[in-house]
Amino acid sequence: MAQVSLQNIRKVYPNGYEAVVPTSFDIKDGEFVVLVGPSGCGKSTLLRMVAGLEDISEGVLSIGDRNVNHVDPADRDIAMVFQNYALYPHMTVRKNIGYGLKNRKIAASEIEAKVQVAAKMLNLTDFLERKPSQLSGGQRQRVAMGRAVVRDPALFLFDEPLSNLDAKLRHQMRIEIKALQRRLGVTSIYVTHDQVEAMTMADRIIVLNAGRIEQIGTPAEIYHRPASTFVASFMGAPPMNLLKADCSEKRVILKGNVAVTANAADGPIVLGIRPEDIEVGEACDIPFTVDIVEELGAHRLLHGQLDGQDLTIHVGKDVAVSAGPIRISINPDAVVLFDAETGLAL
Amino acid sequence: MKRAGFATRWLPILLLLPQLAIIALFFYWPAAHAVQSSFYLEDPFGFGSSFVGFDNYTHLAGNSEYGRIAQFTLLFTVLVTFFSLALALLLAVKADNVIRGAKMYRTLLMWVYAVAPPVAGFIGLLMFNQNWGPLAELAKSFGWDFKLGVNFGDTATAMVLVSVWKQVPVNFIFFLSGLQSIPKSVREAALIDARSSFRRFWDVTFPLLAPTGFFLLIINITYALFDTFGVVDVLVKGEPGNNPMTLVYKVYVDGFRGNDIGGSSAQSVILMVLVLALTIFQFRLVERRIHYT
Repeated sequence: MAQVSLQNIRKVYPNGYEAVVPTSFDIKDGEFVVLVGPSGCGKSTLLRMVAGLEDISEGVLSIGDRNVNHVDPADRDIAMVFQNYALYPHMTVRKNIGYGLKNRKIAASEIEAKVQVAAKMLNLTDFLERKPSQLSGGQRQRVAMGRAVVRDPALFLFDEPLSNLDAKLRHQMRIEIKALQRRLGVTSIYVTHDQVEAMTMADRIIVLNAGRIEQIGTPAEIYHRPASTFVASFMGAPPMNLLKADCSEKRVILKGNVAVTANAADGPIVLGIRPEDIEVGEACDIPFTVDIVEELGAHRLLHGQLDGQDLTIHVGKDVAVSAGPIRISINPDAVVLFDAETGLAL
Repeated sequence: MKRAGFATRWLPILLLLPQLAIIALFFYWPAAHAVQSSFYLEDPFGFGSSFVGFDNYTHLAGNSEYGRIAQFTLLFTVLVTFFSLALALLLAVKADNVIRGAKMYRTLLMWVYAVAPPVAGFIGLLMFNQNWGPLAELAKSFGWDFKLGVNFGDTATAMVLVSVWKQVPVNFIFFLSGLQSIPKSVREAALIDARSSFRRFWDVTFPLLAPTGFFLLIINITYALFDTFGVVDVLVKGEPGNNPMTLVYKVYVDGFRGNDIGGSSAQSVILMVLVLALTIFQFRLVERRIHYT
């Protein structure tokens, strides 16, 4: 177990492409950090640099209190779970799990004991003699987990470990991984492009875009107080509504109504509001026309346009709405305002 | 799922016919002919033949020269197969690690593939020329007076070297593509699991290359036994007397130089049976231990 520190870590490929701009953050001992972002945002590159599978172009990486910039992956005291599991196809489950230990010159009896413990923890005891090709996707995922757990590392690295599983299994494994990490208390870095995984699993989320950090924060902070329009539109399904509005005399005007007061300069501004922070009712002040109702059982999503801009509203299953004119109001406490030029939160 | 098929029975047979005809004409018919003539003693001038039963075979069994050539062929096959596989694997592993200029290396290494065996033999003849061959000069600088075509051991060395040189590129291509088909993430997982690159190679890379290796083993044994004919022919041309030769070359020498069609046929039948047995043995014993993904 260990804290991890990245100081001005940068990645430039030989062809000049800068995959990661100088990036710094610290991870506390036992913390579960999720790197999330669209494909090509540099999250995997960052993780692979921590693993030692990619060279670090600039900056200092330390695991524990040790600078590991030039330490072999095998000596970094890490374990990694890969997207396609990366199991050794010619080895049985037992050998797959024990291989890393064998190379650390640990006694065979001790390896066997550790493999048994890991297999029991992951419900793999009955499959130890099988080859990976004889296992289902979920079981392979567990073997990959077992291979990581058995090493008792200082740091777990997960590279989109659930993206090859179907939706139901993904949901189940999400909880299992999280529970396992809690139980073992091992510091973890988890890379995903799936914002639901990020929200549900992370102690802290790091949102990346185009090789730079957009925001670092707890899931609640990221969700409710996004630092930029990018974070606002990337996190959450459906994402935060972003409406172009005008600010004059410290008031944001939306369709002729004062939506919220703001401590901002006059001019164009972007108003962000989560779909569930919009209220529907007769007494509300803004007229709105619902074009489409998405019925999702537990709740409904209303889609329409306000001032020519798309708006999505989330209402509970008890609110009866059909397509047509309604009245809405925006919860001023939930509004996040962004600079129209830079997209940064004000 | 419905299988695609032909409406009539005759069309598929008709389409297969040219290929079957070629196999029958150039393989089964000569093979059958060889089996038949191995039981006859042929008149050297083609004035008829007489049935002699297994005489041709029993004669070979008691022939010490045939035994010596068989021994040499065995040694030759083992050496050529081992060195062409080992060198090709080494080169492939190295080329696989190269990032800059990888294409050029690979192209250069593959070029030799395009050289025909007799041409390879001829190049060997030039390289080992007793008076000015660069490789003979090199051997001389180490105090080894290299005498191609005169000294048995020297000729055998040249035969092995040229045959290996000729075969390495083919093996290299297969090994390289085998290496590149190993998933990158599996190698990366090994990188985290094992510090020593030696261990990683023998525990992960090599077992995953085994299907390619097994295929190449069969191809290389067949090559060393049969396809080296061109190399052997050029290197010992004219004076097979004291020079090393392989069983296949002996078939040619006895049959076409010595006009002993019967004896030569018996030899080729023995070779055929040998290769058949060897292949069956390999599939039974070696293949069971190989993991195919």
